[in-house]
Amino acid sequence: MKRPRIGVFKFASCDGCQLTILNMEEELLDIIELYDIAYFREATDKPLRGEFDLSLVEGSISTDRQRKEVVEIRERSRHLITIGACATSGGVQALRNWASLPAYKKTVYPSPETIEALSTSTPISDHVYVDYELWGCPIDTDALAETLVSFLMGKRPAVPVYSLCMDCKVKAIACLLVSRAEPCLGPITKTGCGVLCPSLDRPCYGCFGPMEGANIESLMELFKKNGLSHKECMLLIDKMNTYAYRKARIEQGL
Amino acid sequence: MESLKEKKIKKIKKIKKDDLKILFDKLRESYTVIGPKLSQGVVVLSEAGFEDLPAGFRDYQARGTYRLTDEKAVDVFSFSNGPDSFKRFLHPPLNEIFSFRKSKKGIAIEPAAKEGRPIAFVGIRACDTWALKLYDRIFLEGPARDPSYSALRKDSLVIAVNCPHPGDNCFCSSMGTGPEVTPEVTDVADIVLSELEKSFIVEASTPAGSDILEGIAGEEATDRDLEEKRSRIESCKKAMKKSVPYGELPELIYRNLEHPRWKDTAKRDLECGNCTQVCPTCFCNSSYDLIRLSGFSQKGAELKGVRIRKWDSCFSRNFARVHGGNFRPSRRARYRQWMAHKLAYTKEQFALPGCVGCGRCITWCPAGIDITEELEALKGVR
Repeated sequence: MKRPRIGVFKFASCDGCQLTILNMEEELLDIIELYDIAYFREATDKPLRGEFDLSLVEGSISTDRQRKEVVEIRERSRHLITIGACATSGGVQALRNWASLPAYKKTVYPSPETIEALSTSTPISDHVYVDYELWGCPIDTDALAETLVSFLMGKRPAVPVYSLCMDCKVKAIACLLVSRAEPCLGPITKTGCGVLCPSLDRPCYGCFGPMEGANIESLMELFKKNGLSHKECMLLIDKMNTYAYRKARIEQGL
Repeated sequence: MESLKEKKIKKIKKIKKDDLKILFDKLRESYTVIGPKLSQGVVVLSEAGFEDLPAGFRDYQARGTYRLTDEKAVDVFSFSNGPDSFKRFLHPPLNEIFSFRKSKKGIAIEPAAKEGRPIAFVGIRACDTWALKLYDRIFLEGPARDPSYSALRKDSLVIAVNCPHPGDNCFCSSMGTGPEVTPEVTDVADIVLSELEKSFIVEASTPAGSDILEGIAGEEATDRDLEEKRSRIESCKKAMKKSVPYGELPELIYRNLEHPRWKDTAKRDLECGNCTQVCPTCFCNSSYDLIRLSGFSQKGAELKGVRIRKWDSCFSRNFARVHGGNFRPSRRARYRQWMAHKLAYTKEQFALPGCVGCGRCITWCPAGIDITEELEALKGVR
């Protein structure tokens, strides 16, 4: 059997998720044995050529050029999987979706007039069909490994979609919300990080985005009871997954 | 009833409070001792010795709230249940069941070895002995005996304790599952401790329990001691703040499956699954195969991996997702399933209560949903 051709692509992002692939040191040789890495600019200088059995796409769509490129990549790909918060929910750069682009440009860049950008930063799925999404800022290597194995086996990856709380309990971490009234996003956030922050005695920051059906409003009501203002509540979800959390909130009917 | 109970108990002694250490030390000779311990500002269950007991601490629990303070109380068991229960140890949250290897010759399956010393649980409350009895019925006495549970449960020992104080969210008294370890559950409680003001009454109810008590010196418990034990249990019952209309179950649920309250609860429900994870009777789990990239050969000739069983929850979206769709598509349906399973279906399935009134789900629900209040609301006009 021929090794499936895999391509790793990048749009507006920090490259952290691609680096995560390279950080899979123990598994890299296995990946190369199982997959033909045909395009991966972070790791090789192979030029873009041909079609791909599987494309891993990092980054959000932030410029007009990217909008066209992502369609081209989709056309070259049998399957397309997004990796990371930028590709799956627009990234931290999607904060401008709720603000003025010129104001943001001026704040961030010394010569804002040279910046060509769309007024929004949006996930890949807003532009082309996405077969599967790996969430996280950055993605989890175990989840990626599971996805790569599942792809070869033709099965659904065993990547859980439930809340972070479920894994806090697996790890016997006392609930930071209940025992200390910390503003923890765990109850509305997809698990996947290995309970990184609560393990270090810090509340969840929502790196893995809203779980399906997240009851954001109920959690915010709770934060407000604990003394947070509405603005402070919004700041908690306005990070690398701002677009997904806000969308989930609207879908909830608010 | 009283005389029958006295007959069942083989050994009864009175020991000094500090002599509980002797019990711990004796247990440690042949068991891994799991008991209450302070960690992360809460009482957890973990490998523990006598010195680890959070004696004198008192927890303040409310809906979605838990706080612990050192009140230097006289009682050793001054605290009530924390989030953990025996289930973490007998039905581990992440449990390797077997490993497998598929080759041209076929599939070879190797069950995971459950090695290590048997577990002795110290300080299990009456509520949890009922939950343990339910686990035994499900995992040992059903049509299929669960090998993992069976291996961990075999030779384990339970040192239960009659509660001197209820937790703020406890309602075992109304469920008939506490605060006293009654004869219905002494088959799963090898030894029962009753804390008195200055001593413990220690009662062995199984041969394994009396073997342990054999080597511990004590006095005979007098009628006065037994009277003190009784009055402490009574005062614990009286101090319990919450209750459920147990006599009206399961009909109260069945009559109200379309009650508007479910929709109201769904608005607050976070679906985080915390209630199910801390519940000592919730046993739902999902299995998956973990195959590493190194366990996969591209030629397809070889495949190796492990079957993992992990705690799951009826609040997980994927839990009721089957071919063709999800048969519990709404939050309302999922919450109703959970509560109905606790308070109605389990009893019909296993002839034991599915809720033991420990109140953990009330305390550890970040949204503070209170099962006793929800049940009460179902009684209201529709």
